[in-house]
Amino acid sequence: MRKAIVFGAAALAIVGAGAASFAEPVNDELVIDGETKIITRAKAPEGSPFEEVTSGWLYRTKETRALEADSFENPGMLYVERGEEIWNMAAGAAGKSCAECHGDASESMKGVGAHYPKWNAEAGKPFNLELQINACREANMKAEPYKFDAPDQKALVTYIKNQSLGTPVAIDLDAGEMRAWWEKGKEAYYTRMGQLNLSCASCHEQNNGKYIRADHLSQGNTNGFPTYRLKQANMVSLHNRFRGCIRDTRAAQPKAFSDVLMALEVYVAWRGTGLSVETPAVRQ
Amino acid sequence: MRVQMKNAVAGLAVSSVLLGSGIALAGTMAPDAVRIEDMELSQPLTDTAGDPARGREVFAARKLGNCLACHANKDLSNELFHGDVGPSLDGVAGRWSPAQLRAIVVNSKTVLGEATVMPGFYSLDVGADVAEEFAGKTILSAQDVEDVVAYLTTLKQD
Ligand code: HEC
Ligand code: HEC
Repeated sequence: MRKAIVFGAAALAIVGAGAASFAEPVNDELVIDGETKIITRAKAPEGSPFEEVTSGWLYRTKETRALEADSFENPGMLYVERGEEIWNMAAGAAGKSCAECHGDASESMKGVGAHYPKWNAEAGKPFNLELQINACREANMKAEPYKFDAPDQKALVTYIKNQSLGTPVAIDLDAGEMRAWWEKGKEAYYTRMGQLNLSCASCHEQNNGKYIRADHLSQGNTNGFPTYRLKQANMVSLHNRFRGCIRDTRAAQPKAFSDVLMALEVYVAWRGTGLSVETPAVRQ
Repeated sequence: MRVQMKNAVAGLAVSSVLLGSGIALAGTMAPDAVRIEDMELSQPLTDTAGDPARGREVFAARKLGNCLACHANKDLSNELFHGDVGPSLDGVAGRWSPAQLRAIVVNSKTVLGEATVMPGFYSLDVGADVAEEFAGKTILSAQDVEDVVAYLTTLKQD
């Protein structure tokens, strides 16, 4: 078919049909340590552009997938361990630890991370775990808020999210003004930006399953964050990932936890409704 | 000056300097002066004929065209990792005329449609919030585009 000499619209139709069959997400099951079954494919929420939402895990190589399936091999588990230490460590002028108020995280934090971001009435905006932790540090521990991407912030968020391993992502859009934030996030998601003139949808909706140079494009879901990235040999927070994708379009990077990135977090988390929390996921 | 510029590190750095300082080179069409009609741009952007060998380099280089991010191309099979967001460019010279190829590289939307994800490489019709270092600048210089177009016209084999 490619051999025909075609112009304009006809060429596009052929091109579109040709590329799609190649490099779809794999058919594989993720069961961590042979115990915790992870939902990597789920029926998309109503209003989603997809029929099925898929985890980024399905787009990674066999070797990377295997790392996430075995918690002894998963380098992100070191951050879970560090997070547990911080959980139990007193900090700030009040001399309190997280554990002092919240007790055993394996009980008090079970499933909690799957429902973030969450409406915070006092602040009048959605909170992610990072903002919630900082609010606790300031109000209850009389401690400094963490700076964005401080190693302790990433470790603590990783630890808390890990208490929801396997729980499906479900955020409450009926609370407060969550729907308005969702709308704002959706608008940002479809806005073409930067010198390269791409939106989130250009890569993660129109082209998921395809390769952009060496990278196999996923739907760009948030269920694995913070994520261990082999390329960076480090934990990567969600807002760091958002900023990286935005930088790649050659657009100005919004600040972490700015309104636009919080709105994107609400909207993109919703797009991945039903996928299990995988934190710490392992990605390239 | 022309020759010196052309042989310098090329691409981004060069076009930034030129566009940024607002110097219009004699014989170089400014991005906002380009008129694409009926999916064609027959007039070259510079009066130096495109060099296909250099175009091949611009095509592959990650900091310049990075065309391999989205397109496979057998002629560059020695380079790892060809993307498949766009079609393979093998035989592309048989599908489009040189004037159409130039229009596609300059501002893909004028030929491939508004919805295409292919960037316009010599266009100021860009997305929102362009980072400061790239604001008001094109991805490739006029000569880069001529060189890439010259290279594309050599891709005759399917
Ligand atoms: C130029 C292409 C491109 C654009 C535009 C882009 N991304 Fe990405 N994104 C990638 C690539 C490549 C990866 C790594 C492979 C993958 O998981 O898709 C990635 C990964 C991600 C991930 C991690 C997925 C996982 O499972 O680990 C998230 C979340 C994400 N992107 C969100 C976004 C959002 C939100 C936007 C818009 C603000 C965006 N991306 C724009 C290319 C892009
Ligand atoms: C971000 C992705 C992307 C990049 C980078 C990109 N292209 Fe494209 N290109 C596409 C897509 C997608 C199409 C097919 C039209 C469509 O579906 O919108 C296309 C189509 C084309 C066509 C028409 C091909 C045909 O067979 O009909 C040519 C020629 C072309 N591109 C050349 C280039 C050159 C040269 C470069 C680099 C200077 C480049 N492209 C960079 C995405 C890209």
